[in-house]
Amino acid sequence: MKLIFERSVPGRSTTIFPECDVPETTLPESFLRAEKPDLPEVSETDLSRHYQELSKQVYGVCDGFYPLGSCTMKYNPSVNEEAAALPGFAGLHPLQPVETAQGALRVLRLSEQYLCELTGMDEMTFEPAAGAHGEFTGLLLIKKYHELRGDAARTKILVPDSAHGTNPASATMAGFEVVNIPSAPDGGVDLTALAEAAGPDTAGLMLTNPNTLGIFDRNILEITRIVHEAGGLCYYDGANLNAVVGNARPGDMGFDVVHLNMHKTFSTPHGGGGPGAGAVGAKGDMAKYLPGEHVVEKADGTLAFEKKEQSIGRIRSYYGNFLVQVKALAYILMLGGDGLRDASQNAVLNANYLRVLLAPYCKVAAEGICMHEFVLDLAEIKERTGISAMDIAKSMLDHGMHAPTMYFPLIVHEALMFEPTETESKETLDEAAAIIIELLKMADTDPEALHSAPCHTPISRPDEVKAARTPVLTWKRA
Amino acid sequence: MGTFIPSTTSQREEMLAKVGVSSYKGLYEAVPEEILLKREDLNVPDGISEMETAARMEEMAAENTVFRTILRGAGSYDHYIPAIVRRVTSKEQFLTAYTPYQAEISQGVLQSIFEYQTEICALTGMDVANASVYDGASAMAEAAAMCRDRHHPRTIVAATVKPDNLETVRTYLWGAGASLDIAPEKDGRIDVDALAGMLGKDVGAVIFEQPNRWGLLEDAEAIIEAVHKAGAKAVMSVNPISLGLLKTPGELGADIAVGEGQPLGMPMGFGGPYLGFMAAKQQMFRKLPGRIVGETTDDAGRRAYVLTLQAREQHIRREKASSNICSNEALCAMTAAAYLAAVGPDGIRKAAELCLNKAHYLAAELAKIGYTPVYQGPFFHEFVTTCPVDADKALAKLAEHGILGGLSTERGILWCCTEKVTKAQIDEAVRILREEAQA
Amino acid sequence: MTFPKNLKYTETHEWVEEIGDGRVRVGITDYAQDQLGDLVYVTMPEEGDEVTEGQSFAEVESVKAVSEVNSPVTGTIAVVNEELAETPEAINDTPYEAWFVELSDVEMPDNLMDADEYQDFVEAEA
Repeated sequence: MKLIFERSVPGRSTTIFPECDVPETTLPESFLRAEKPDLPEVSETDLSRHYQELSKQVYGVCDGFYPLGSCTMKYNPSVNEEAAALPGFAGLHPLQPVETAQGALRVLRLSEQYLCELTGMDEMTFEPAAGAHGEFTGLLLIKKYHELRGDAARTKILVPDSAHGTNPASATMAGFEVVNIPSAPDGGVDLTALAEAAGPDTAGLMLTNPNTLGIFDRNILEITRIVHEAGGLCYYDGANLNAVVGNARPGDMGFDVVHLNMHKTFSTPHGGGGPGAGAVGAKGDMAKYLPGEHVVEKADGTLAFEKKEQSIGRIRSYYGNFLVQVKALAYILMLGGDGLRDASQNAVLNANYLRVLLAPYCKVAAEGICMHEFVLDLAEIKERTGISAMDIAKSMLDHGMHAPTMYFPLIVHEALMFEPTETESKETLDEAAAIIIELLKMADTDPEALHSAPCHTPISRPDEVKAARTPVLTWKRA
Repeated sequence: MGTFIPSTTSQREEMLAKVGVSSYKGLYEAVPEEILLKREDLNVPDGISEMETAARMEEMAAENTVFRTILRGAGSYDHYIPAIVRRVTSKEQFLTAYTPYQAEISQGVLQSIFEYQTEICALTGMDVANASVYDGASAMAEAAAMCRDRHHPRTIVAATVKPDNLETVRTYLWGAGASLDIAPEKDGRIDVDALAGMLGKDVGAVIFEQPNRWGLLEDAEAIIEAVHKAGAKAVMSVNPISLGLLKTPGELGADIAVGEGQPLGMPMGFGGPYLGFMAAKQQMFRKLPGRIVGETTDDAGRRAYVLTLQAREQHIRREKASSNICSNEALCAMTAAAYLAAVGPDGIRKAAELCLNKAHYLAAELAKIGYTPVYQGPFFHEFVTTCPVDADKALAKLAEHGILGGLSTERGILWCCTEKVTKAQIDEAVRILREEAQA
Repeated sequence: MTFPKNLKYTETHEWVEEIGDGRVRVGITDYAQDQLGDLVYVTMPEEGDEVTEGQSFAEVESVKAVSEVNSPVTGTIAVVNEELAETPEAINDTPYEAWFVELSDVEMPDNLMDADEYQDFVEAEA
């Protein structure tokens, strides 16, 4: 496929901008660039065809089954997109007077109200632009809390070894030292290890529940109690909220701070890697430190922005990825309390159904009922046949499916993590299971075919070693 | 209630039976009874149809004023978005794809990011760009982290950067337990002598903006020279449209260029989603945070693109990663790439010239009615003026006519013109202000 | 898999070569490179840095992992093999020629393994 630069022809262009209708000005030469930027020179036809070509080599939720664990690749409703594209939202300047943006403030206010009710938090900020950004924000709230109490000894954040990599990375960015807590055999937190680690130097615990093995930690109340009794705070990583939203609240589990991924649980699209939105909610005192502007209702019923006196500050410009929040609110309104409950229940049902279909053919990393996702452990298959999790995942691509998440969590060495979501039909799950079972059987009968997969995709396996050893990161004119 | 669940009631029953539970409650057996919610525990109204949802959202949108003339910037700019840009980037495949970890079925996204990286380098004159961060403010904070190490713990930020950017950097540095110093300003621009006096061997980054928060052009050459003399890195935050005309960070010798990419095809959208772009000199490329796309070949020797240098990132390096960024603003990066390809080298220059010319025309017309410039010296498309009458009243008057005037600040009114504003619109705004002053 | 007799080894799979004058060269073993897979990048210390026995002084990256390289000895980094930083594949190709650093002021500790002991150790681990 040609690069846009390879479609470029000197002198070719489209007329986007009008002639100047005011007197012209010039800047002193010393401020001007020497040459025009070397951008592509293409026609609109070129552009239209270029992006059409690119779109054929992308796999979206609109293309088929997308069981990517921990990513919640559910269907992204069209009505959300239409709402966000309304000029009454898209055309707003972030610094226009709040009296002229009451509808926008209402979006934030309603989102806060519903999401607080769904999570058991008191207040929420929409400034974080993604989940990891939310984690960083939440940890800064914890930092502020201890700092204002004058408790400088609390420098450590406890993170289970099954956690997403963003958790320990966020803790480091927030100036904490990470203490890894081992998992119990069932994938849950090892309570003894937790109790030993929690102490006067504990700032808090970061936890995903259900965890990355797809297991709801049945000791959750005990876990948060241990941390609280040691004087620490509990942070809920909302990456897996789709399993429980409307059925259980992080606040009731004992968490003090949560982040939510609008681009997972609340159906906003992933956009090939973003933009997401990562609202952060906080309970009680913690809410006093939220960043940026917070919407409040004034006595006359109008809405206004207010900054928290003890705020941690700001973690990006303006009010976060507002148009993403518009989409999430449309989803929340449409599903409502009943629909959100139903969605998570069916996310769990779909995962369990697929698990039960696959379990006879491959070990499941954690026994029993799972939540919205489960992990296959291919270690035994690898040992016996040489077929790895990667081989099965790549072979799935050849069958018109997206691969599950590979090699995560790290505590399962040959992991394939499946999260079908509630928006897949029984037929899709049945068909997918049949294909995956066939592939698992091929590990014994035709391993070579699996090793060489994928064969029917635009490219075969890329040479990642070459890419990293001799990085080519931009196109250069020959 | 609205729903997107395809399973029918009988299918659900069949599936529950297959799983071996009698009801949904059986699926939540691990959840302690005392925290398992019933419908009535949840104070969220029942769902509604799609039609009603659309109506609710339209109702909220209708509560907002969409100004037909916008003379305000301050970090968010009302530029024209070529129709083709919105059209191609709203394709459902692009919208609904995940991060391109499965390269075999993600070449479209990967190639678009590779093209974006190349275009950002062309625009900024730098060698390497990443696949984006959240916005211009977080890009600035990430750049500070790139330059900080145990020998260079200090960060200096110019007093003339936009307040949101400064506050964001401040928060990130506080998080990391690192110190922040503010380089003072003189007459709306960085006081270069004072900056030179603050520098020392312990400084990692000096961060400044071009044009700065007051719209003024800094003496970038002198600043960068002073910074390099002290052995620190120069981080330059730039407006991407201005680079159609202005000297690039690359030409000026900056080590890192960052900026807010919103002007490149993204609507103002009440503040987001936006696009933080980051580009660096070759010797710093391993320090860039987040995703980077690289070129390679596949098994059959065909050209292919992959996410590369991943061992820098959080999912591998965990607590040792220098940034936690995971999701970025990929679709916004694709939008910027499509925008830059749509306007091309001549178009970006044209857009920059139009911004420059219109802003200078507005400044000249405003000066005639007593809104005099607060600062001297060259500016791009923003400038500050005095206000001969009560600023709030003047701006309210403009608003009555569908015009969003400049931003009222402690220094005066900060005005902005993009290419979208016509002479007629400028004349209308000035006429209204003149009438208001005379009233 | 080879285990040159002239080298000493650690349990974390580094090798040490004594080159006289209290100086040594350090690298990672054939077994280590095999376990790590294709290496794509090496992060080196700075010349003049003090290193302590058992502490990490460098990092090696494969496409999907980062691993620390621990110093088998206490000493001062005298020379960094800059060439290796440019060609990390040399570690995979010729692990016992691909030295990372030269350390000075080194006293050899007694707990290092000789080639036979290390071979047994590796076989037990595998």
